[in-house]
Amino acid sequence: MTAEPDEVLDCLGQRCPLPVIALARRLPALPVGAVLRVLADDPAAAVDIPAWCRMRDQEFLGTSGTAHHVRRRQ
Amino acid sequence: MIPSSVYLDAATAAPLHPVARQALLAALDDGWADPDRLYTSARRARQLLDAAREAAAQTLGVRPDELSFTSSGTTAAHSAVLGGLRGRRRAGAVLVHSAIEHSAVLHAAQQHTAGGGTAVEVPVDRLGRLDLDAWSTAVTGSGVALAALIAASHEVGTVQPVEAAAAVCADAGVPLYVDAAQMVGRMPVPPGWSVLTASARKWGGPPGVGLLVVRKGTRWESPWPADERESGRTPGTVNLPAVVAAAASLRAAAADAAAEAARLTPLVDRIRSRVAAEVPDVEVVGDPERRLPHLVTFSCLYVDGEALLHALDRRGFAVSSGSSCTSSTLRPSHVLEAMGVLSHGNVRVSLHAGSTEADVERFLAELPGIVADLRAEAGVVGL
Ligand SMILES: Cc1ncc(COP(=O)(O)O)c(C=O)c1O
Repeated sequence: MTAEPDEVLDCLGQRCPLPVIALARRLPALPVGAVLRVLADDPAAAVDIPAWCRMRDQEFLGTSGTAHHVRRRQ
Repeated sequence: MIPSSVYLDAATAAPLHPVARQALLAALDDGWADPDRLYTSARRARQLLDAAREAAAQTLGVRPDELSFTSSGTTAAHSAVLGGLRGRRRAGAVLVHSAIEHSAVLHAAQQHTAGGGTAVEVPVDRLGRLDLDAWSTAVTGSGVALAALIAASHEVGTVQPVEAAAAVCADAGVPLYVDAAQMVGRMPVPPGWSVLTASARKWGGPPGVGLLVVRKGTRWESPWPADERESGRTPGTVNLPAVVAAAASLRAAAADAAAEAARLTPLVDRIRSRVAAEVPDVEVVGDPERRLPHLVTFSCLYVDGEALLHALDRRGFAVSSGSSCTSSTLRPSHVLEAMGVLSHGNVRVSLHAGSTEADVERFLAELPGIVADLRAEAGVVGL
């Protein structure tokens, strides 16, 4: 469903808020427009990653299974 | 120094109302016999039970024979859902419910679907308000036996459009069940429902008493094995002293409800605005206007909900949380999920008759530092 990511962040086995923290650390280091795939199987990640994107004005592209895709907007 | 304790979890259980304590103690002496027997002490128990039922019915504006006491709000919700579906099984096997029902309703729905029935979940918006168009579509679908709507969210406080939802149900000929556990004793419940449940510990009654109201003419059939007590609606002996205390405190809470709402609403407004202003990266959730007077929920970015609960507890604050790490299932609250709001670092504060402005001020004074310390420990400052 989503274009190949520029980078993959493996947060499998980590409990929230750790995957969101990892995302917040990594995304600003990527160029604007880059897509980050966050692998996270904590059920809270599916809620909190889109919520983080909204709060930080980043683009949430979608989730498939345990893969959550985010594009750096700014 | 051990900080004095500030209890801010009334939405789970309010401290016992003084009227409840008084009635409970009196009824322990006077109401231990079985109300169904034929000797003097039993007749006394029967009088107490009848009086409790009449008082509770009067407070809710229903007929005494429409109201049964149950052993909790949870059991009442199970009865409401399963009995409502059973009574209308000739109409179909579809249960319509909002996405933000209490787990008691969802668990009854799961039992229904496990037995071959269907459940249709209706979404809410970001503020936790029912999507009325989707509700309308679902309720007017074919084979709908029952619709269930929580009167006001126990997790975020958003009051639901019960009257509008009821009008849709009435047009479609579908009975509406309203879980009013967070509303009864705090504000008037809107009309239009066929089945209603409540829980005494939410208004300052004792734990382990629920109310189940089934309006006359509603097709409702007990899902339990036959038992003649409580009009055949709830099996088992009622805990009469607790029931007496529940009814007495309901009347007292309802009489004070308007004044209490006027006192607590601005305190909750203060929490909403000060938390948003003084704690960085926090999401205060729920409808700021159409909401319960006593309840507010917020989520703190990058903070572990369990750690936050423990840190608050060490400073004497008792609150609850919808974060996954605080639940036995390790799933985030389905309510926060349905709203699409941040679920980690979540705190629910709920006030009661004993909550003072000083309690709220102390909470507001200490919270920013507690959150800042947790973020510093986790190394997430400036993210
Ligand atoms: C909305 C709602 N429904 C049902 C219940 C269940 O009530 P009880 O705790 O008495 O079982 C509660 C409380 O937990 C509640 O908040």
